[in-house]
Amino acid sequence: MGATTEAELAERVAEADGPLWIRGGGTQGLCGDGAALEVVGLSGVEVYEPGALTLVTWAGTPLAEIEALLSGEGQRLAFEPMDHRGLSGAGGVPTIGGAVAANVSGPRRVQVGACRDHLLGVRYVDGIGQVIRNGGRVMKNVTGYDLVRLLAGSRGTLGVLSQVALKVLPRAEAEASVLIHGLNMAQAVQAMAAALGSPYEVSGAAFGNVSGERAMALRIEGFGDSVAYRASRLREMMGRFGEVALCDDAARSAAIWKDVRDVAPFHDAPGDVWCLSTRAGQAGDLAARLGARDLLLDWGGARIWALVAPGYDLRARAGAFDGHATLVRADAETMARLGRFHPRPAPLAAIEAGLRARFDPRGIFNPGLMG
Amino acid sequence: MQMPPPDRRVLSQKPQLVERLLQVLPADAVIHDPAETRVYECDALTAYTCPPMVAVLPASTQQVSDVLRICHEMAVPVVPRGSGTSLAGGALPTADCVVLSVARMNAVLETDYDSRFIRVEAGRTNLSVTGAVEKAGFFYAPDPSSQLACAIAGNIAMNSGGAHCLKYGVTTNNLMGVTMVLMDGQVVEIGGAHMDAAGLDLLGVICGSEGQLGVVTEATLRILPKPEGARPVLIGFDSSEVAGACVSDIIRAGVLPVAIEFMDRPCIRATEAFAHAGYPDCEALLIVEVEGSAAEIDDQLRRITDIAQRHAPVELRESGSAEESARIWLGRKSAFGAMGQINDYMCLDGTIPVNALSEMLRRIGEMSREFGLDVANVFHAGDGNMHPLILFDANKPGDLEWCEALGAEILKLCVDMGGCLTGEHGVGVEKRDLMLHQFSRADLQAQMAVKDVLDPAWLLNPAKVFPLALSADRMAVPVAAQ
Ligand SMILES: Cc1cc2nc3c(=O)[nH]c(=O)nc-3n(C[C@H](O)[C@H](O)[C@H](O)COP(=O)(O)OP(=O)(O)OC[C@H]3O[C@@H](n4cnc5c(N)ncnc54)[C@H](O)[C@@H]3O)c2cc1C
Repeated sequence: MGATTEAELAERVAEADGPLWIRGGGTQGLCGDGAALEVVGLSGVEVYEPGALTLVTWAGTPLAEIEALLSGEGQRLAFEPMDHRGLSGAGGVPTIGGAVAANVSGPRRVQVGACRDHLLGVRYVDGIGQVIRNGGRVMKNVTGYDLVRLLAGSRGTLGVLSQVALKVLPRAEAEASVLIHGLNMAQAVQAMAAALGSPYEVSGAAFGNVSGERAMALRIEGFGDSVAYRASRLREMMGRFGEVALCDDAARSAAIWKDVRDVAPFHDAPGDVWCLSTRAGQAGDLAARLGARDLLLDWGGARIWALVAPGYDLRARAGAFDGHATLVRADAETMARLGRFHPRPAPLAAIEAGLRARFDPRGIFNPGLMG
Repeated sequence: MQMPPPDRRVLSQKPQLVERLLQVLPADAVIHDPAETRVYECDALTAYTCPPMVAVLPASTQQVSDVLRICHEMAVPVVPRGSGTSLAGGALPTADCVVLSVARMNAVLETDYDSRFIRVEAGRTNLSVTGAVEKAGFFYAPDPSSQLACAIAGNIAMNSGGAHCLKYGVTTNNLMGVTMVLMDGQVVEIGGAHMDAAGLDLLGVICGSEGQLGVVTEATLRILPKPEGARPVLIGFDSSEVAGACVSDIIRAGVLPVAIEFMDRPCIRATEAFAHAGYPDCEALLIVEVEGSAAEIDDQLRRITDIAQRHAPVELRESGSAEESARIWLGRKSAFGAMGQINDYMCLDGTIPVNALSEMLRRIGEMSREFGLDVANVFHAGDGNMHPLILFDANKPGDLEWCEALGAEILKLCVDMGGCLTGEHGVGVEKRDLMLHQFSRADLQAQMAVKDVLDPAWLLNPAKVFPLALSADRMAVPVAAQ
């Protein structure tokens, strides 16, 4: 079952007599109960104003199409959404609606914020088939409650996104990476904290198997001279952590960050994959106690990707920490046993259940996905 | 401004309420003498006043929780308050309410430079957050012009912005977590020192909810390393249209300044007379600020001035020193004060798409002539957030109402141009009755549903944000029936 217009989408939802499984590109390889409701037919860019840095697009539009359009004007989606296919092994084509619904953000999160920070407005179909608008297409808007951010990351459980408005940013003229090899986990976390605490506008800070070998990597982007200047300052500053290598070849640097973004080191590695969101300064301790086969730290350590033995209960091993752990890749049995998302504290679970009951009173959207 | 009539049942319970509040708060934290509650009768939207029944000044999350539990049990409305600088009447009391001020809660609880955050009590002023971390080379980015006075609590409630949010975003983009007390006294922790929400992004909807979902008592805020330096350039034009076109060209060229501020002639003249910043006497001027090392600043300013040159500026003044930078900013920073010296004014806050700037300015000029009231414009041009200042005479009968009517027309035009009613000040009572111009009933019902979940009795800051006719039946539900 699919829709090619918002009105059709609303009709499908209003007519539904049971659970719906809402599908964008399907690249995360998730599946659930309910009749599939395909959003990919609702495609196309509605408004693109490069001079106002704004893009309004239907939710099923492929990310690649959007990126090509923006690239033509020297712009981009700065939040750098990952392509899940390598990790999930699923097919499909990543859509903008999927990226927003799952609040998917890449390495540049440390500098420019998450997907939700670039979202200016949404239109969605609620659980009884009404089209609701929130936010708009302007950069600053505090008119009424902010359902824009509530919908971002709600994974279809509050409404089916039909249209999203996004802030876009200039594409950087140049980029370079600064690498240090041979650091242990604790040193790498410290080095990344130092870099992110510097005024040199680091737009990526990762540690793991990122360039064919284990390294701590920092990214700098911007106008050519400025990148050269900041790279040299960082190089000096980071000298106390180890021997610093500079990668000023833009294509090679971009390849490193695409690997980090898509968690490439784990693509062909057997095992389950977890993603932890935590306090950057504590990432070293946490990562060390996870008992993982391999680790990839992003966001200066605030995001930890962990590759573990199949069926392994990483949450139990991690114990209490500031943040949460999501099971990203595992077989169906493990997924059912451990749960995809971190259990919520009771008062917040109650609030979320209350919100779902209002937005989707029949409980038909992706039942069980988030709680 | 229509407000619901005070609930006589609530008013009659004042003695019992005060007695119960005194059981959980020290005597100096419960203000109930009508001579003293007057202090809380309004916020910075001074056209509307109403002293509350009681005001309380709790000093801890536990005390806030105790107060709310009591008010919840007795079905007394509560109006949260930070520093009272809202320009939208967000902290305007009702006669039957308890004003809950978090002003006594201003401690720094934790700073972590490795994870780049600070946790503070919510009554702490915006500027003193930066004050607490600047020695270590960090700052808190959202910088409302009221930052010396306004509290983080109010910033979160209004999702406040500032001159530098073109680059750094507004409050919601810099807020990582809150401790919040629900109306029934329950304390919840949302978010924290990690970056992404687990579950639904509740923090996202709490930020900007104008004190209607819970009382925020603590906040975890992202802090950023201070740039090496910053320098503005001042560019004068002989028409607002050209200034608007220049803004758009700068943005398209891939330069991302930290701020692009705009002032028109009436505003330039008033501030010049007041602050003597040495501004040129021209139709419109832009202040564009960039950051980085000395060489990076030079490079960006060169790109910007190249673009500006193509628009035949009447003045182009690049700052060469800290003093010159301060002078360039002086006029902009004293603009509101300057206007206040010469007139009573009402400050609007609509946003429009950046590419509609010149058309919007032209239409405002027409409306200003039609209504016979002067309008001065000063605003954040980079993001389309306009602050038209309508000048009026408060002593002249009917002038305020006439001014409000013009304000409403301008805000509606912002919406019609593809923008919104408020970019950073919030809806409060001021724009409440215009909400149906921007939203459908269903859109507003969806927003009100969030309040139904977090504050089912609609006791927190009622009669704000949503048109009274839409929320009346919700507010009428007796608490016992919830
Ligand atoms: C001269 C001047 C310049 C200004 N410049 C700017 C500007 O540049 N940018 C901008 O965005 N705003 C600006 N403002 C508006 C105002 O300063 C902001 O809205 C500010 O965030 C209000 O903070 P406050 O602490 O004074 O809040 P208050 O006025 O006390 O309250 C504002 C709202 O917050 C709610 N609230 C307060 N405390 C809590 C709490 N603990 N929990 C939940 N809700 C709470 C209140 O109920 C109310 O709805 C300006 C105001 C003035 C007077």
